[in-house]
Amino acid sequence: MSEAIGVQPVNPVEPFLRTERMPHIWCPGCGIGTTVNCFARALVSSKLPLDKVAVVSGIGCTGRVAGYVRLDSFHTTHGRAIPFATGLKLANPELTVVVYSGDGDLIAIGGNHFIHAARRNADIKVICVNNFIYGMTGGQVAPTTPTAALATTTPYGAFERPFNLPFLAESSGAVYVARWTAYHVRHIAHSMSEAFKKKGLCFIEIIAPCPTLYQRRNHFGDGLEAMRYYKQKSVVRNGANTRDVQIDLQGEIVVGKFVDIERPTLKQAMDLQLRQKLDLPPSNGGGSHELD
Amino acid sequence: MKPKGDRVLTGTQFLDGDQACCEGALAAGANFAAGYPISPSTEIVERFASRIPAVGGVFLQMEDELAASIAIVGATWGGAKAFTVTSGPGFSLMMEHIGYASMTETPCVFVDVQRGGPSTGLPTLPGQADMMQARWGSHGDYEIIALSPNSPQECFDLAIDAFNLAEQYRTPVMFMMDESVGHMTEKVVIPPANEIKVLPRRYTRLPPVEYRPFRPSPEGIPEMVKAGEGYRFHMTGLTHDERGYPAMDWQVQDKLVRRLVGKIRDHAADIVRCEEKHTFDAEIVVVAYGITSRVALKAVEMAREEGIRAGLLRPVVVWPFPEKRIRELAGRMKSLVVVEMNYGQLFYEVERAAGGRVPTSLVSHGGGAVHEPETILAEIRRAAQ
Repeated sequence: MSEAIGVQPVNPVEPFLRTERMPHIWCPGCGIGTTVNCFARALVSSKLPLDKVAVVSGIGCTGRVAGYVRLDSFHTTHGRAIPFATGLKLANPELTVVVYSGDGDLIAIGGNHFIHAARRNADIKVICVNNFIYGMTGGQVAPTTPTAALATTTPYGAFERPFNLPFLAESSGAVYVARWTAYHVRHIAHSMSEAFKKKGLCFIEIIAPCPTLYQRRNHFGDGLEAMRYYKQKSVVRNGANTRDVQIDLQGEIVVGKFVDIERPTLKQAMDLQLRQKLDLPPSNGGGSHELD
Repeated sequence: MKPKGDRVLTGTQFLDGDQACCEGALAAGANFAAGYPISPSTEIVERFASRIPAVGGVFLQMEDELAASIAIVGATWGGAKAFTVTSGPGFSLMMEHIGYASMTETPCVFVDVQRGGPSTGLPTLPGQADMMQARWGSHGDYEIIALSPNSPQECFDLAIDAFNLAEQYRTPVMFMMDESVGHMTEKVVIPPANEIKVLPRRYTRLPPVEYRPFRPSPEGIPEMVKAGEGYRFHMTGLTHDERGYPAMDWQVQDKLVRRLVGKIRDHAADIVRCEEKHTFDAEIVVVAYGITSRVALKAVEMAREEGIRAGLLRPVVVWPFPEKRIRELAGRMKSLVVVEMNYGQLFYEVERAAGGRVPTSLVSHGGGAVHEPETILAEIRRAAQ
């Protein structure tokens, strides 16, 4: 039909994607693509200079995001997107550095880096797509899997307590913490654009369906069914105490912006301390300007 | 104490190997280091942390060696000249990112001040048993460049070479010190900055539409970019094509990994470097490197005093291995004696290069102390019979 009128309709998100790499690897009903759509729209609305935005991913389904966005993008090793991003940002402070990865990558194997980056308030934006499961490797239990949920490595139900990610992020030192589900597309995009403008470690958790490996094994239906669950069981509670936002199996999901505070970033704190002690001019104490 | 703001500490200094390594890195233009404390290497980053703010750059102590070893890769793609410093147990943790740096062709330097191992081993005492780990410790196939200084002066000089080789071949370079060299203090002459050859990063001049981050030059080495310049490039540890895009097929794998291996092997003649003492008329050649080479030289000189025509071959660059030179020597030697602080690592390479043409023996030592010259001398005597 578009040929008939001679105009190819272009999805507004398309310029942000490496379209030559399509189709992507994500399953039908997966929530990751939805979050990428939100990400592209947040880039538009925040008017960031795109040449100065870098995306860093780890390994896993969400780890593939770096490969699909038409930006400087780095697909790193499993769990290590955050320390890569920390180095990248310190070396090139004018970049907006976004870490885009999954719950297993960021919180299990990368958990130590996550808490330390939050503690030091590295100026990176961490987008964590939490699908409660290891998707890429076939549905194993994650440190986010709700207790009693089935996974291939917990065939009789998970018996560990999962992390409450906003609580972990806040208590580790993140200056911006929000959680949404893949149903809350406008909220996600809004939170992302807020995070892009904010200095310091911003953490956005996005609860997203994995129809293939989490929903199906647990008889929670398909992607659409997951959307119904998110719609019915999500409660927007901005400013909620992160201690109270733990997610239980198919229980209520408290979403919202929980934390938005100011604290010197890693580089600001580093520069301030060094300037005080060493009487240095402001341009020193960081960055790679000498090589520029 | 207010640190000096000079990047190059020109003059005659009295430094230990760790300090000299730090000064070499600074002289080479290093402006980013990430590390995690571990004996006997920590003095390098302690000095860097003290020196770099006034010079212009960053040191960050990370939460572990995994973080340190990937932070330098991130910093490199942000435009920094970066390195990390560790010892055995930390080197083991860094293996994944040595592979990642190889796969993504990231120029950076890994310093390993070797101590006795395996595992926690001898934290404050020397070892030379990470040599094979430096070569192939990460999974998958790749080739590496590794240097082995035997004095504080060389810790300075060769650290500069390590950074230059990293840039020239777009590869991680292993700087294989040992505790003895790291902690011995000697005179180190640091030349004026304008006499130090520093290889700048080979950034592409191509516009973004034409640039391919993994398209090799005729020499097999792609040009660099850094983030934030409008290239919108992609990089991955997955097998990738010239655009840096993942490609899961054996043809792309073969093309990529063959090139990664080839870009070092094909230039081995340019990279390999040996020091030789008394080899011109030697019938017994001792092969040793790092601190061990200094004891070995003593043993060679003792042998010469006894009338045994002994010589020393010291690989300064250990990987790629100087197999051509060993092969030449094997053709006219009576015997080769390898001395190293392990139970046979370079020994097997020497044996392979010698190709059975001469007897090849090993004087091993588990680390924790250096060899006694008499032990080496005894083997030279035996080999001379």
